Amino acid sequence: MSEFFGSPHALLILVLAGFLPNEIWRMAGLWFGAGVDEGSEVLIWVRAVATAILAGVIAQILVQPPGALAGVPDWLRYGAVAAGLAMFMLTRRSIFAGVVAGEVILLAGKWWLG
Amino acid sequence: MRPIFGIGALAHDSHFSLGWVLGSTLLVWAGPAQIILISTLGSGATAVQAAIAVTVSAIRLFPMVVSVLPLMKTPKTRRRHLVLVTHFIAVTLWVECYRLLPKVPRERRIAFTHGLGCGLVSVCMVATTLGYGLAANLPPLFAAAILLLTPLAFLLSTARNCRQISDVLALVLGLALFPLISMLHTGVDILISGVTAGTIAYGVHWWRERGHA
Repeated sequence: MSEFFGSPHALLILVLAGFLPNEIWRMAGLWFGAGVDEGSEVLIWVRAVATAILAGVIAQILVQPPGALAGVPDWLRYGAVAAGLAMFMLTRRSIFAGVVAGEVILLAGKWWLG
Repeated sequence: MRPIFGIGALAHDSHFSLGWVLGSTLLVWAGPAQIILISTLGSGATAVQAAIAVTVSAIRLFPMVVSVLPLMKTPKTRRRHLVLVTHFIAVTLWVECYRLLPKVPRERRIAFTHGLGCGLVSVCMVATTLGYGLAANLPPLFAAAILLLTPLAFLLSTARNCRQISDVLALVLGLALFPLISMLHTGVDILISGVTAGTIAYGVHWWRERGHA
């Protein structure tokens, strides 16, 4: 079982750094949410920062790729994402089409490189 | 769904156990937060640095909860009836509530959302396990393709959720700033680039609103 869950220390980190930071905001919404205006300026800033943090995470995975993705050349990783984004735009924002296009470029490029 | 599939693969390649990543799907229940947690811890950040980055990114759950709960409330609803529903709220459920709840009688909406939430969590647990198993067993070519699902799907779903100029700018600036700020190796690079890019984006929004007023 310890192999399945990892060390107690890792689980503690999961609760303290993963579970609580999210649950705090959800429960804050439940307790204090009644008086907050959805279109308020603070929430626009919150959404912009949250979006930019997510963008940073996306950039991190692409710039400092983990595991098997590190075996793909930089230009191919960026090219695949750019192709996915282009297809997403062309298909009137279809996430599915964009993801498929990006994946096809990655697989084709890697196969072509051998 | 697609991102969560990639999260299993990301966790495997960042050397986390399967039980740990399943626990994160169940307890954290927010794809972006899981990815921040896995990628910051995996790249050597301390638990405190990871917790700060996750806490800041999770602020976006607050407005989601605030906007969706009024759909389920009746005069008889107590706060404790909404605790589990509140835990289930993340991007997917938030979108589905807006789509599905109007078709459900108001007094049954909490029960409906409990069912929807349990179903989504179950499917995501299976997807997490599949992603983890595939990353462990597939040749590197396909393992790389599964890992690419996460950034690709998140980029596109974030792009689709952009409603205002500030959202678009935050996405573009956030992508552009991170590689620069990561050269500083602060351990909280994601946080610095996110708060900076988000605040600039908000500043542009504020300046434009003011200009038009």
